[in-house]
Amino acid sequence: MKKRWIASLLAAAMVLVLTACGGTGTQATPTPTAAPTEEPTQAAGIPKEDLKVGFIYIGEINDQGYTQAHDQGRLALEAMGIQCMYVEDVPENADSEKAMNDLIDQGCNVIYATSFGFMEYTVEVAKEHPDVYFGHCSGYMRSDNLSTYFGKIYQARYLAGIVAGMKTQNGKIGYVAAYAIPEVIRGINAFTLGVQSVNPDATVEVVWTNTWYDPAVEKQAAIELLNKGCDVMAQHQDSTATQIAAQEKGAFAVGYNTSTPDAAPNAYLTAPLFHWEKFYVDDVQKIIDGTWTSRAYWEGLSAGMVSLDDLTANCAEGTADAVAAAQAKIESGELEPFTGPLYDQDGNVKVAEGTTMTDDEIWNMSWFVKGVIGTIPE
Amino acid sequence: MNGFLNSLELFLQVSAQMGTHVLFATLGAIMGEKVGHLNLGVEGMMLMGASFGFSVAYQTGNPLLAVLAAALAGGVGALIYAFITVTLRGNQVVTGLVLTIFGTGVSGMIGKSISGLALPDSITAAFAAKAIPVLSDIPVIGKMLFDQSIYVQMALVTAVIVYVYLNKTSIGLNTRMVGENPAAADASGIGVTLYKYSNIVAGGCLCGIGGAFLSLVYVPSWQDGITAGAGWIAVALVIFATWNPIRAIAGAYLFGALRGVGFKLQGGIPFLGGVVISSQLLDMLPYLVTILVLVFIGLRKKKENQPPKNLGNPYFREER
Repeated sequence: MKKRWIASLLAAAMVLVLTACGGTGTQATPTPTAAPTEEPTQAAGIPKEDLKVGFIYIGEINDQGYTQAHDQGRLALEAMGIQCMYVEDVPENADSEKAMNDLIDQGCNVIYATSFGFMEYTVEVAKEHPDVYFGHCSGYMRSDNLSTYFGKIYQARYLAGIVAGMKTQNGKIGYVAAYAIPEVIRGINAFTLGVQSVNPDATVEVVWTNTWYDPAVEKQAAIELLNKGCDVMAQHQDSTATQIAAQEKGAFAVGYNTSTPDAAPNAYLTAPLFHWEKFYVDDVQKIIDGTWTSRAYWEGLSAGMVSLDDLTANCAEGTADAVAAAQAKIESGELEPFTGPLYDQDGNVKVAEGTTMTDDEIWNMSWFVKGVIGTIPE
Repeated sequence: MNGFLNSLELFLQVSAQMGTHVLFATLGAIMGEKVGHLNLGVEGMMLMGASFGFSVAYQTGNPLLAVLAAALAGGVGALIYAFITVTLRGNQVVTGLVLTIFGTGVSGMIGKSISGLALPDSITAAFAAKAIPVLSDIPVIGKMLFDQSIYVQMALVTAVIVYVYLNKTSIGLNTRMVGENPAAADASGIGVTLYKYSNIVAGGCLCGIGGAFLSLVYVPSWQDGITAGAGWIAVALVIFATWNPIRAIAGAYLFGALRGVGFKLQGGIPFLGGVVISSQLLDMLPYLVTILVLVFIGLRKKKENQPPKNLGNPYFREER
């Protein structure tokens, strides 16, 4: 009988250790000042010292990818002397609602939900807390105290396409993509148009992984494409697995989200980057000034919200000039990647010559341009 | 034809890589079950091995130490399990489940300090794929077996060693007897407790090494829950392999291959007029096949394919 007791004690101890270390608890940055005053009035603004900004992240702040890029925004706010808190590894389900409520309970009066899947939960929490300012990344649902924000990363992807198109030897480029949603499809199309602007016959082959972040799966998908002969890789994934796979196979790769030249130094060409801090600083400043209104923030190269990473020595000769020329044209508005004539995969005209797709059409894109190999699941 | 052969070889090469961590874990689980202990903590031990292995690799840059650390981490997990289920005769299923939750938590804690880090060059170089001249040119299987990381090859060697140990040595015979009929083994002078402990712990070491394959070789970096359920597949593969280490190779590699087939079929199935199946459905393939095989083996009831007779039962000497 005694042994049974010891057994259950041991089991209990294991569970205890687990709860002690398994949870990804909220991690507050030091809070030198007293708790912020409640009840912000939107017209008057909130003094900087009384602000407390909370972030919920889908990944971890040192993931060398998506979440790390967002966390640069938090660091920029802290550099301004604004208190911030964050929660990592928040799943895209009702747990996100709890995470946001926790942050608000701890005094946050600004909440940024940084992943698409948090959308409905953010809307709910925003409704319950009309005095808290909300921002939801990449979504389309807004309310009086809930803005949406995103970067026109497709502009940077177009530039990355130029880099890849000039690098490829055999005209076969691989693209490891997460989910078949407009955001990803838009990126693949812009990238392909960039490739074709310098290399009209090159193709971009797509494999879906059905995950934003899973290095093992991403890598296997990349190897599948590399084995088919692709010599330049691109990705819409949050880890560096595609770049590592490219390096192992002697190919080259375009990254995403954050600059990662060290992950695969022999393969890395460049990467389309987000500069979330542009939005976060702008948004919080508006709250301080009392000029904040709910909006749909969607900026690109010209606002500095997105950019192309510095080109590495792996890039083909003359790439820098070609990219600089295209970038100048996009920033001045002379070049819009989604301007006709654009053809779908079967060669049918989708956008007539001379017309440019509207923001709405670009935002909801659900077809591949000519030159993309792959299918969009129903 | 040459193109087809080439892509088949490359496909088998990746399949072997994707099956290696599962193979190690399956072998570990077989060793435990052969002495009558069903350990559902495989996933937890793999995660502990993956995180400790990566951590030591990062700090020391020594590939051998990294693998040893991974084995040790898995072994310690198994030791806890063995103490509760062998000495204290606790419930094996519950203990195994708790070990998985425990291992996930511990690896998450270790992982905080290592996520996003890159391994030193000494590690990546040691585990990089190396083509063995001549042998790697053998058609079909050359690339799969001889153009691989040493880690992949060690998994195969380990499978053979475990097979020989269990089936061709007298210690192995004793081991099997402990799983079949511990009372008889005890009566014939076999130290049942010692056999149980040593096999369970050795199996745990293999699980840890298997987990570390992902963090040290395949990915190679740390992410939370890096094994993504491979430990559960391993538990199922033990039955698939009917407790035979050599068949475990086939099972593990089949699992790896099915993952790859999913990517290949995204553009449409070539022989069915290019019918497109949703990629979510394709991702389910390995798990569907696992279920089918379990059903099939359950129906077939061949005598030599049955589990050890005392699998899951604690041994009370006094009740003999």
